[in-house]
Amino acid sequence: MGQGLDSLRKQIIETVVDVAEVTVQATHHVAADYFDGYSVVGLVAVLGVLFVAVAFGAGRLLRPVAPTREKMLTYECGVDPVGEGWAHTQIRYYVYSFLYVIFAVDAIFLFPWATIFAAPGFGGTTLVEMFVFIGFLAVGLLYAWKKGVLEWT
Amino acid sequence: MNDVLDVLLRLVAVLVAFLVLPLLVGQTEHKVMAHMQGRLGPMYAGGFHGWAQLVADGVKFAQKEDVVPTGADRRIFQLAPAIALLPYLVVLIVIPVGPNGFVGQIVDAGLFFVLAVMGVGVLGALMAGWASANKFSLLGGLRTAAQLMAYELPMLLAAASVAMAAGTLSLPGIVHAFHWWWVPWQIIGALVFFTAGLAELQRPPFDMPVADSEIIFGAYTEYTGLRFALFLLAEYAGIVVLCVLTTVLFLGGWHGPWSDSLGWVWTLLKSALLAFVVIWLRVSYPRLREDQLQKLAWTALIPLALVQIALTGVVKVVIQ
Repeated sequence: MGQGLDSLRKQIIETVVDVAEVTVQATHHVAADYFDGYSVVGLVAVLGVLFVAVAFGAGRLLRPVAPTREKMLTYECGVDPVGEGWAHTQIRYYVYSFLYVIFAVDAIFLFPWATIFAAPGFGGTTLVEMFVFIGFLAVGLLYAWKKGVLEWT
Repeated sequence: MNDVLDVLLRLVAVLVAFLVLPLLVGQTEHKVMAHMQGRLGPMYAGGFHGWAQLVADGVKFAQKEDVVPTGADRRIFQLAPAIALLPYLVVLIVIPVGPNGFVGQIVDAGLFFVLAVMGVGVLGALMAGWASANKFSLLGGLRTAAQLMAYELPMLLAAASVAMAAGTLSLPGIVHAFHWWWVPWQIIGALVFFTAGLAELQRPPFDMPVADSEIIFGAYTEYTGLRFALFLLAEYAGIVVLCVLTTVLFLGGWHGPWSDSLGWVWTLLKSALLAFVVIWLRVSYPRLREDQLQKLAWTALIPLALVQIALTGVVKVVIQ
């Protein structure tokens, strides 16, 4: 009896270890494939950096260098600049950036949801849930609109 | 070894496409604009209808002195053109051109990746605007940023609608799932996506950030020579990416007669047609004022994109 239990326990442990090993291998495999794709993308980025570096390097060899004080002055609009370059400006766009952040977060949720909402087991209810979510945001946009945030003057 | 060669070949192909296609669009723009305005356009360079005009321009740019104003933030100023240009190169590798793996590299969340990386390009304009130490450049850079914020949203929402229709974020997967009736089904989304893309590229009629009558040339005012050329290249590479992406998402990419062997021709043909529309719009429409720009995005395009999402969702659930 005790021996039988022991061998059963052994078997279970072996199976568990096996399963774990397979899972680890599988995740390794998927992860490797996944990052393989992005490694080529990374290579393109490296290629791009090389391209720009070569272009700038070649440009340095080809172009003349003859700076004068007038030439190095900020061009602005052709007239000598008055005051500081980093002038005070009223940035009226900041409210837009709030609106943007809200909707951008929404978009992050939207994309993974988009891939499964029509899959078996989901459907109408899942769709309505997202509509409720987007509805809230749309009401927020409507409110901002009514408050005159989207008006310029 | 074969794998390495394969990857190298793909990289070279992407770089060549990145350098040649924008020039083709640029030359087409020269000629099409000229003919629409009753002119001839460049006729001299290269002999035949001025085909080498942009090559000549490139040679000229490379020989010009590189002026960095004393007042400018030197490092940022010099780096900005590269930041504006490179995202479009990186994006090109994940765009499917034809069936059966005619793509630089398949990325699972391709759609998401493309939208994310394309947003980076605007940083270049913002950096240029800030680093120039020029009031007009600063205004131009801020306008660019505001424009990105306004138009990124309708673009994302319209793209999400396609992802919903296809049930995948992979770009080849989306083209695979395409049927002809998607065109009328997704037409609102397509128009919103294309318009928003134009605005993100600051193409006329959305070129308020570089409005010459108000702020000289916006963020690019202080640039000369090669760095200026890279900004220009970025604009035209952007047109290429936008047109190919619209084709892939909304016009069925490689689908067409004999798509098995001629798929890539269809993709290029549809993209070329869209590029023509981009040029056509530049000739036809006056520039939108800054407040009109913002208003169009927030009160027209975003609601329209939301309507498209609702339509896509309902139709998809009903036909399942």
